[in-house]
Amino acid sequence: MNNSYSAMRIFITLLFAMCLRIMPLPDTLAPLNPDWVLLVLIYWSLAIPEHVGIAHAWFLGVLVDVLLGRHFGQNALIYSLVIYACLIWHKQLRQFPVVQQSAFIFLCLLFSQLLFFWFKNVHASVQITGIFWLPIFSGTVLWPFIYQLMRSIRRL
Amino acid sequence: MRLLIAIIASITLLITDYRSERLFPLRATLSVLTDSLKYAVDLPVSLFDKVSSELSSYDTLKKENTSLRQEQLINRTQLLKFDALEKENIRLRALLENSFKLGEQVLIAELLSINLVADEHIMIVNKGTRFGVHPQQPVLDVNGVVGQVFRALPFSSEIMLITDPNHAIPVQVNRNGLLTIAVGSGISNQLNLPYLPNNADIRPGDLLITSGLGGGFPAGYPVGVVDDFPQTNNKTIPHITATPKSLLDRKREVLIVWGSNALMPLTTPLSKTPADNEQ
Repeated sequence: MNNSYSAMRIFITLLFAMCLRIMPLPDTLAPLNPDWVLLVLIYWSLAIPEHVGIAHAWFLGVLVDVLLGRHFGQNALIYSLVIYACLIWHKQLRQFPVVQQSAFIFLCLLFSQLLFFWFKNVHASVQITGIFWLPIFSGTVLWPFIYQLMRSIRRL
Repeated sequence: MRLLIAIIASITLLITDYRSERLFPLRATLSVLTDSLKYAVDLPVSLFDKVSSELSSYDTLKKENTSLRQEQLINRTQLLKFDALEKENIRLRALLENSFKLGEQVLIAELLSINLVADEHIMIVNKGTRFGVHPQQPVLDVNGVVGQVFRALPFSSEIMLITDPNHAIPVQVNRNGLLTIAVGSGISNQLNLPYLPNNADIRPGDLLITSGLGGGFPAGYPVGVVDDFPQTNNKTIPHITATPKSLLDRKREVLIVWGSNALMPLTTPLSKTPADNEQ
């Protein structure tokens, strides 16, 4: 695959994911909006681990921090840790059926949400309702579709 | 190895950002990129608004025009009275040897329809430091207080709504001047009033206005209306809530306010106000 061509594709899909992340949704759907950027980043790190690394994840995380108005470093830390796990296990993960992959995605999202909860609590103790954890489930359910979509984009 | 560098870099960033404002230039630079994304996401909605207003027929425009004209007439007569009342207030305050704040400058900003974090009540508007917006500025709409500027970026600002659980606003009951604090509940359209004594004189339907204490918000703007709560004779405090006056989830335009910090001196400038010169 042409190198600059694929870099361009990674860039555009990630930009699109960032747009989806801040997409306006009706009140009932808004808490379900998963972390699209992380999901797309996980896909690329599994598909072409030689091109997508921790450095990319870190810089993207900083950008998402600015986008969402978080303190610097929250998403950067989460993304680099999750992508590290993906890079270590990418060979096994690529062999897995989609259901098992989804289980792995569930763990990744759970981990990222737990870290978010912790960051929130460092700042000031907060009450968390059940809806805080919804993006994990929606992300897990959406993963097979994202996987298929991204694969067709990659092979375009 | 790379992971270690990433972790250390993230934690360094986190600590510096928690402790100081030193990283703000970096955030401002990066925000140029992210703000263009925000505007891109907002584009379909604002385009739809524009097109629908273009397509609205001559008839509806005419109707809207007449109703606005009437509203303006009513507002103007009320303002006449308000002018006299303001003068009277200044005179009375002069008698009490009290200073009076007046004159606020406002900037109209438009909300961007984007959704940052679902469980936080933060909105983005399309005016930023390039228009002189700075953190802690109060934000109003036509009905009442919306919130305050939380972070000002070059092309946009983040506004924390009064319903955010981390937000508290000093208020007073308009009927009797009872002072208290309204804390955001985390639920849209609800404020909590947790700091009321058992025997507080507060009734359902009371209007809460800003008290101006603390200096963050100018005094006298409506904040909310006290909700119904069960009236009990025993000493237990009912959980009192209020509904914000501003339509936090429906408005697209808000006003960012610059309060003039210069206090009006006691008596001398009364003769110098423009209205007096006209007489």
